[in-house]
Amino acid sequence: MKTFWLLVRAGFRRHSAYRLALLAGMTTNSVFGVIRASILLAALASAGTSIGGYDAPTTVAFVWWGQALLGTVNLWGFAEVKDRVRTGDIAIDFLRPINPQFAYLAGDLGRAGINLIGRGAPAILLGTLLFDLAWPPSTTSWVVGAASVLLAVVVAFAGNFVINLLAFWLVEIRGIQLLWMITGGLLCGLYLPVPWFPDWLRTIAQWSPFPSMLQNPIDILAGRVVGTDIASAVAVQLFWAVALLVLGQLVLRAGRRHLEVQGG
Amino acid sequence: MADRMAGSTLEQRLRPYRVLLASRARAQMQYKTSFVTDVLGTIGVGLAEFAEVWVIFHNVDVLGGLDFTAALLVFALSNLAFSLADMFVGHLDQLPRFIRAGQIDAFYVRPLPLLTQLMTSDLSLRRIGRLSVAVVALVVALTTADIAWSPATVALIVLTVVSGTAIFSALFTAAGGVQFFLVDGAEFTNTFTYGGSYAAQQSQQVFPDPLRIFWTFVVPTAFVAYVPAVAILDLPGDHLAPTWLGWCTPLAALLAWSIAALCWRAGTRHYQGAGG
Repeated sequence: MKTFWLLVRAGFRRHSAYRLALLAGMTTNSVFGVIRASILLAALASAGTSIGGYDAPTTVAFVWWGQALLGTVNLWGFAEVKDRVRTGDIAIDFLRPINPQFAYLAGDLGRAGINLIGRGAPAILLGTLLFDLAWPPSTTSWVVGAASVLLAVVVAFAGNFVINLLAFWLVEIRGIQLLWMITGGLLCGLYLPVPWFPDWLRTIAQWSPFPSMLQNPIDILAGRVVGTDIASAVAVQLFWAVALLVLGQLVLRAGRRHLEVQGG
Repeated sequence: MADRMAGSTLEQRLRPYRVLLASRARAQMQYKTSFVTDVLGTIGVGLAEFAEVWVIFHNVDVLGGLDFTAALLVFALSNLAFSLADMFVGHLDQLPRFIRAGQIDAFYVRPLPLLTQLMTSDLSLRRIGRLSVAVVALVVALTTADIAWSPATVALIVLTVVSGTAIFSALFTAAGGVQFFLVDGAEFTNTFTYGGSYAAQQSQQVFPDPLRIFWTFVVPTAFVAYVPAVAILDLPGDHLAPTWLGWCTPLAALLAWSIAALCWRAGTRHYQGAGG
């Protein structure tokens, strides 16, 4: 546990080295926040007062929490593990006294931490200044919302880790990564809220792990989901976090047996 | 030497570029499976962008004064221009990596201008996927929309696609020039390249006036699709997008390119070398 915590801190420090990059990311997220909020508010105005349970302040909250969490939750994935599998460096990870999945998870949690502070918080503050944004309605929403963000980071990491491990068998997984990114981007609720989808698309989204990566924490923080629905939103996330972590362990074990590293 | 330069025709002077581009294209075709996956990937990106428009119109009939067909036309024009620009100069995005690794110095010592070298350093054929989504959307929009066809309409559409591509290319080039100063803050320029492309896909009426002025006169991406679409469909327009403004897209492209040239010049003169 101590090692895990040290790795989290190392991940935090590693990603806090590039301050200008954090500021640049925050700026881009904010510009997209302004554009997307304008579009969705125009859609709301055209439809009446609300669409799919979102009124104007919750819609704005949806957009800005989405932009704020975009850097925190690693939706677009990472290539580090895949590259290490291809070069054979993953063998070194297997020799270490901590399970590779836990080690990379720790690093990712650290990365998420600095991005939440350096990129997410300023973006959400800017959103509040520019728009009429719905704040979390109660202390419960704040606390459970924070836990939900943490779970979202774990789900996104665990999913990407499995995709990265496919490199054991496929060597080049760029196509699969791209497919994961496109499907995920659409179904996680980054562009538009999942409840706005037509029925068939919403059903597909709800059976996939993607809403657990963004839509669920946003809904809790924006106050669209309250009361006992909060519990079920978090339960779904918990299910996906455990399921994808276990799947990752299984694939890792199979990959380890498959792996053959040349040379001394 | 001087004689040979003076005597060389345009054909001869363009030859190196033609050879370079042909070799890049050939290289990408070598790994067929990889190329096909990449093209499928960019088709997916195009479809996901379209899904965003489609889902909104699943909930509303009119957005920012445009019905679905009109919105489809705006989507198609901006996506067409963006994917063409992305194919020709989108790889200027890689500039920070070249700068950080010190590889840009190698480009400086070659006997061709830096910008044209970088532009021809890659020709991202995989973007054909997104381009084809845009073309299909354009054909559907133009056939279903209520357009009073005339030679002027056709001229306007061609003018729009050419100028729109020029505007996005100018944005990528301006971003490239600024990269020489930013290096680590490369993502700053995404606000007006990718952000501009996102804004260009929308009916400009969804934005409050200060933003509309920004996307029309500062980063002129409104000229890529919305402003000409108002003219093509002969919509009433409004104070910031009167119908005649659609014919001014080449002016916007010229303006964008003069700013891009200044940025590029400033960036390349600022660069001091990697000390190799």
